[in-house]
Amino acid sequence: MAHVATAGHAVHDAAHHEEELTFIRRYVFSQDHKVIGIQYLITSLLFLFFGFTLMMLMRWQLAYPGQPIPFIGGLLGEANAPGGIMLPEFYNQLGAMHGTIMVFLGVVPLAVGAFGNYVVPLQIGAPDMAFPKLNMMSYWVYFVGGVTMLASFFLPGGAANSGWTSYAPLSVVATTGQTAWLFAMVFLITSSLLGSVNFIVTIVQLRAKGLSFTRLPFFVWAQLVTAFLLLLAFPPLEAAGVMQLMDRLAGTSFFLPSGLVVAGQVLDVSGGGSPILWQHLFWFLAHPEVYVLILPAMGIVGEIIANNTRKPLWGYKSLVYATIFLGFMSFIVWAHHMFLTGMGTVISTFFQTTTMIISIPSVIILTAFFISLWGASIRFNTQMLFALAFLPMFGIGGLTGLPLGLAPTDIHLHDTYYVIGHFHYVVAPGTIFALFAGVYHWYPKVTGRRMSDTLGKVHFWGSLVCMNGIFMPMFIQGLAGVSRRLYDGGQQYAHAQGVLQWNEFMSVAAWSLAVFQLPFMINFFLSIWKGRKVENDNPWEATTLDWATPTPPPHGNFAKVPEVYRGPYEYSVPGHPTDFFPQNEPEPAKG
Amino acid sequence: MQIPYTVHPRPDTGLFNAKLGVWLFLASEVMLFGALFSSYVLLREGALTWPHGYEILNIPLATLNTVVLISSSITMVMAWASLKLNDFAKYKRYIGSTVLLGFGFLIIKSFEYGAKFSHGIGPGDSTFLAIYFTLTGLHGLHVIGGMIVNGYLWGPGSKMWQSDPERLTNRIEVAGLYWHFVDLVWIFLFPVLYLL
Repeated sequence: MAHVATAGHAVHDAAHHEEELTFIRRYVFSQDHKVIGIQYLITSLLFLFFGFTLMMLMRWQLAYPGQPIPFIGGLLGEANAPGGIMLPEFYNQLGAMHGTIMVFLGVVPLAVGAFGNYVVPLQIGAPDMAFPKLNMMSYWVYFVGGVTMLASFFLPGGAANSGWTSYAPLSVVATTGQTAWLFAMVFLITSSLLGSVNFIVTIVQLRAKGLSFTRLPFFVWAQLVTAFLLLLAFPPLEAAGVMQLMDRLAGTSFFLPSGLVVAGQVLDVSGGGSPILWQHLFWFLAHPEVYVLILPAMGIVGEIIANNTRKPLWGYKSLVYATIFLGFMSFIVWAHHMFLTGMGTVISTFFQTTTMIISIPSVIILTAFFISLWGASIRFNTQMLFALAFLPMFGIGGLTGLPLGLAPTDIHLHDTYYVIGHFHYVVAPGTIFALFAGVYHWYPKVTGRRMSDTLGKVHFWGSLVCMNGIFMPMFIQGLAGVSRRLYDGGQQYAHAQGVLQWNEFMSVAAWSLAVFQLPFMINFFLSIWKGRKVENDNPWEATTLDWATPTPPPHGNFAKVPEVYRGPYEYSVPGHPTDFFPQNEPEPAKG
Repeated sequence: MQIPYTVHPRPDTGLFNAKLGVWLFLASEVMLFGALFSSYVLLREGALTWPHGYEILNIPLATLNTVVLISSSITMVMAWASLKLNDFAKYKRYIGSTVLLGFGFLIIKSFEYGAKFSHGIGPGDSTFLAIYFTLTGLHGLHVIGGMIVNGYLWGPGSKMWQSDPERLTNRIEVAGLYWHFVDLVWIFLFPVLYLL
């Protein structure tokens, strides 16, 4: 198929081509961005649930320290939980792996790998990603990284147990699981590198005719900036990972200071390394990573708000500029995670200033979304409820971040449950709600059927209440000074006694949150066969190109190469017969 | 299904896909080596004593290696130019020499490493040696990666000259950009590690 034939011919060709592919090439080692997107979706949803399960185990230990875990306690193995009672070492493994799995194997692959892969080529009117083979590779490299991470639980000493941040020197002298963690991270970094190159090239090169940068849907802009963050922020962590591997395997001392005492013995290494160096390199990735977590979510929310308010997204240009500025600034705020390392007041002042500046574009984005709601007759379907809840939830997460960004207040709050509450508000009821919204929104395009709104609303309200039940008390505990990563939740500390009763409440909320995911799972699988069929290719009456394809989109996506005539959110245009004016619909003839 | 701009540049960006892709990849490589160079600076700043590279390392061999690597960059450009001039035989000679020069670089490098190891000097002996072995080792891996790609383009990959000469020329250009970058990293490594 070296030529682009007429529209009908092309569809016929595509269908014909699909028949030729074997099952393995179509569904396992597929190069189609949509199949890869679905592979990412399913894998990352499974990882999300697995990471959540680890947390539910930890929450038992926090609520009822030293009591045997019911039902599954016996299955965890004598080395981890003798008699069903969790050992501190195992608790540390769960903590480290919960963070790692949620961030690197759950949320980012879901936001970028799944939604980015499936939706971006459709929204820009491209037949596929620019490098389909590379796209397939990035999924499988991610898969290998994930399997390595999971397999590390079965190593002697278990999985990595130095926190998801893997701070040196603890991580350098930790058990073998840490080596597996580092190798797995190298795979995950490689995967995201391949993915980010692919996304940027696709967005820059494969935009349909007429789709200029100022006409790109906000979701595509968010993915573009995200891809740049992944491209440029991950390599320093790869470098740091290589150095930590050298420390662990080749006996170097990049992160080991001289005279380090481990288990009563001075460590026999050349020394002279710097534990702080690890922190700098780690946070140089991990702060932009926060925006990798949040930007695609904002992109999804933007799409859904415009679609369900039936109005143009307010301040499209401000949104785009704010996103670009946010991406740029995210590279120079990393040391606000390190105010307590003694790096000096001058550096602290610099990073606290940049941190205050970066809050401005976030506020611009959130404000633009709020103003978009003004005076709209809103369709309160499930995806809109999730998108609406994103706004205050992310708002709470963002505002509680300000005291952490200021060095004087951070001294009190650093490493307490307040920090946990803060970033979970950003990521859990923030990003994950937006991702749920995305699932409900694009589901009809992928399957040709809608998800049930009733089950969706049960899922939404239950999740909203439970999320707040888990994370709000964390602020209370944190302000009282309860430290994070405590095996017993703070029982030995006098200052924690007044707020310990919240532990049980938060744990019950966490387990209830799991129960409220059941309607989602049932809805997700049942609707594939039982869901109400969509009436046409554009069930939400949207304007962007992803809804101009056949349902579900065939290999090669578009029946006819689309051309774009206007901006992405032309809703309720005066004088137009319908309240939406798709990007690819030509202007009606005059007269 | 045909993906646009795999061979010909998109008019408004002036790039074909792979060329933009490799530039982005190189940007990430800059960040990778940049992190290691920054670590070098921070570790050296924080160290009580830091040896001069020329006291420990073999400068004549490294100078020879610099010449070898720069020559390989020249042959790489010549390989691309030969394809542009439709001279396939010349292309084979030049891309072959590029691979051989890369091989020569690795042989010289292995002599250097061997001399260190045979004296019982390894990465665990000082922070300087740790960063030396990490940086040069990672650079060596990049050389090997480039040789595999160039070797493929010399051997089985060159058959594309019959079916799609323009695309092969693009591939050489893209591989060349990567190869020059590997060369450039060495040009930074050499003074930083051996001379300063």
